[in-house]
Amino acid sequence: MKQSESVKERLERLELPFNAYGVDPYGVSKWHLRVIFEMMSFFYRSYFRVRCHGIEHIPARGRAMVVGNHSGGVAVDGAMVVTSCLLEMEPPRLAQGMAEKFIAATPVASTWASRCGQFPGLPELAARLLEEDRLLMIFPEGARGTAKLYPQRYDLVDFGTGFMRLALKTRTPIIPFGFLGGGAAIPTVANLYGLGRALGMPYVPVTPYVLPLPLPVPLEIHYGEPMVFEGTGNEEDTVIQGYVEQVKERIAGIIERRRHERWKGVAS
Amino acid sequence: MRVLILGIGGAVARRVALQLRDKGHTVSGIDTRPWEDAPADIEVHDVDLRKRPAEDVFRTRRPEVVVHMATVTSLRVQGEERHRINLGGTRVVFEHCRTYGVKHAVFVGRHTFYGAAPDSVLYHTEDEPPKELASFPELADLVAADLYASTALWRYPELTTSVLRVCYSLGPSAQGTLATFLRGRRVPMVAGYDPLFQFLHEDDVASAIALAVEKRVRGVYNVAGPQPLPLSVIIREAQRQPVPLPMMVLRQLIGRFGLPKLPPGALYHLQYPIVVDARAFKEATGFTYRFDEVRTIESFLADHPPPRPRREELFDRLEALGVLKQ
Repeated sequence: MKQSESVKERLERLELPFNAYGVDPYGVSKWHLRVIFEMMSFFYRSYFRVRCHGIEHIPARGRAMVVGNHSGGVAVDGAMVVTSCLLEMEPPRLAQGMAEKFIAATPVASTWASRCGQFPGLPELAARLLEEDRLLMIFPEGARGTAKLYPQRYDLVDFGTGFMRLALKTRTPIIPFGFLGGGAAIPTVANLYGLGRALGMPYVPVTPYVLPLPLPVPLEIHYGEPMVFEGTGNEEDTVIQGYVEQVKERIAGIIERRRHERWKGVAS
Repeated sequence: MRVLILGIGGAVARRVALQLRDKGHTVSGIDTRPWEDAPADIEVHDVDLRKRPAEDVFRTRRPEVVVHMATVTSLRVQGEERHRINLGGTRVVFEHCRTYGVKHAVFVGRHTFYGAAPDSVLYHTEDEPPKELASFPELADLVAADLYASTALWRYPELTTSVLRVCYSLGPSAQGTLATFLRGRRVPMVAGYDPLFQFLHEDDVASAIALAVEKRVRGVYNVAGPQPLPLSVIIREAQRQPVPLPMMVLRQLIGRFGLPKLPPGALYHLQYPIVVDARAFKEATGFTYRFDEVRTIESFLADHPPPRPRREELFDRLEALGVLKQ
């Protein structure tokens, strides 16, 4: 990204069908995007000093799915992946996440999430977005992935298989990515499931300093080469599981390669 | 064709009648609501649909097409009366259609059939079931009427049945759920929520229904036009003032202080979107809308500017009485 180019200018170059009011057919709003990305660009560039590699692997246009690991007890990983697609891609693209369903029922959060293109994880909606050549962001570990504790920050938990059936059905390339640093930014030592249920969310992460506020730890995103699978999406579970394992291995490989090198070259 | 429109007194139904008449069809209608300036070539029968005189209209006029728009959406009519009109009326219509050899029945339903819920998908397709009926039982009679009409597709195969699930209408008449909601100067919202609303200009709704009649489409179809908009944008562009209130407060205030009287379930529609996928209807009929979302709101606003603040009205009166000087 040209450093001189503002968030506003990049949003103007988003290839989404905004109407006269700056709203697209899914309710994504230019105004909301600007407010959020002005804030996120500070976190991306200055607070987390995100290092992004391989962004060229994401197609500039057409349907695609970025699929990666969860890292950190709250959605810092998702926010930085979405920001990387806006700030680093040419032309900028909006990655649309499939959020946890409780967000859609939460006041304020539901409005901001949907105005920024982050919708509840519903297969029908995901298929529709892909058919309209949009870019989806998927974390197949789901809420189990964000619940990882600090010692397991580089581990991967079981992947769901829905994303693979969706990719096959819609003939969508998968761009695997590894996200590193989220576990150190939010060092979760315990998850309070009872309190989470009371608050209408899966759990509440607890850090050594109690609140799950992210520390200014450098973060890394590594996008890998696209993976294309052939099929209809109606294959046997064993076939689908095999494809999912290939994606998981690719992501695990990225994490394993980078985890030992990630502190090299980080400016103090 | 001889077309009988049930509920012809409504703003959209009148437009359907005029459009079909202009295309050369013989149009008549039934409604207990008056249509004072109805054209001479459109026969309007002031009879109750569920009573014997309505059946006489079927028997004597022998319509080839029946457009059923005599359902009640207003939540001011509640309980047994709504049930009798919506479900009882629909049943009677299809029985008459069968008895008197009607070739095509068009049931005009609502897109609210699908229900509003946090996990509702955007762009419902026709094969989806209704949701959230438990939280909004007042809509049950409309959903039941829609499903009853849909059963005619297999119960009466000789009768071509079109079930249309039409999104909100908006336009100069200011009739309909959304337009009524926007009439006042202040419009309530549920704080923290801003659902998408999908609407179509009332002329376009009429065109879609007339097209369904002419193309004689068979099946269940969602009908919509331009892209949906967040409620806050609609309120702003209609030059109204949004009043976001917490759900708990809004529950207590509905029906008071000039806010519309609504059942608690209706508030779900101010929290979560109902957006339908209308591609099937477009493919079946070639329907295209004439008014986009901007022009639709403008047409509503042109005929219904926001009511003036009461303070200004008071000052005007005082000036007129000479109490205040201009």
